[in-house]
Amino acid sequence: MIVQELIFYAFSLVLVFAAVSVISVRNSVYAVLFLVLAFFSAAAIWMLMEAEFLAILLVLVYVGAVMVLFLFVVMMLDINQEPLKEGFIRYLPVAVVVAIVMAVELLMVMWSRGRFGVDVFPVPQPNPIGYSNTRELGMLLYTDYLLPFEVAGVVLLVAIIAAVALTLRVRPGIKTQDVGAQVRTRRDESVRLVKMKSEKPRSV
Amino acid sequence: MLTLAHFLTLGAILFSLSVAGIFINRKNIIILLMCIELMLLAVNMNFIAFSRFLGNLDGQIFVFFILTVAAAEAGIGLAILVVLFRNRKTINVAELDDLKG
Repeated sequence: MIVQELIFYAFSLVLVFAAVSVISVRNSVYAVLFLVLAFFSAAAIWMLMEAEFLAILLVLVYVGAVMVLFLFVVMMLDINQEPLKEGFIRYLPVAVVVAIVMAVELLMVMWSRGRFGVDVFPVPQPNPIGYSNTRELGMLLYTDYLLPFEVAGVVLLVAIIAAVALTLRVRPGIKTQDVGAQVRTRRDESVRLVKMKSEKPRSV
Repeated sequence: MLTLAHFLTLGAILFSLSVAGIFINRKNIIILLMCIELMLLAVNMNFIAFSRFLGNLDGQIFVFFILTVAAAEAGIGLAILVVLFRNRKTINVAELDDLKG
């Protein structure tokens, strides 16, 4: 039990440190890397809550795809960092006040009158050996949540098409193959009949 | 002993930090997008904590769908960002005033 608490506090500290770094470092590339660190620590804490499938999903899909996409865009764009940081000091007091007020409000709701205390939400027993989180999630996902699952697939498809359509750029003056024009071509565009006299056989 | 309040507190701190990040990084769209990702992470943390302590897997299914939508959002957001940078040569939010809002 004490080991679990130690793990929780260690990863929480790393997570909060990474979150503070994400919002405060000057270089965007470092911010993305700290966000990756935050996702890794969050995955460890989810693992502690026995949500193994989602922890792996967070590392594979989020860190592996989405954060790499972020990193790719940040490194590809040649951004002048200086004007983006102006107003950092000016808005810092407001941000700190808003964050503290919001955190205090949320914590008051949480800790007051023991709404989420141990007597209301008792600590659950660990899952038995042989219990598969992935299997249970799959059972739910392919029965009760089949339609939302398929809609999620459509959402991803729309996102792919939108991303391609947004960034597609047709530049003039480059040589490419136009399959449509090749298929549409007609006989009189490519065949020319030439009238000419037939050759006489050479007299020997 | 790890109670539900531990995980909810962590989620609340994370959420407040990302709100503060939106305030202090209001010029940089990339950091703003990352703060939104951090916010979604805090929400997911709460969903998983409740799912664990209520003994109900539906919360984890919700996290699954939130991750899906967040991935789509990040993809489209970054595509818009690339088009924006290509046309304006800047991603400074203060200079994006074409709509005169």
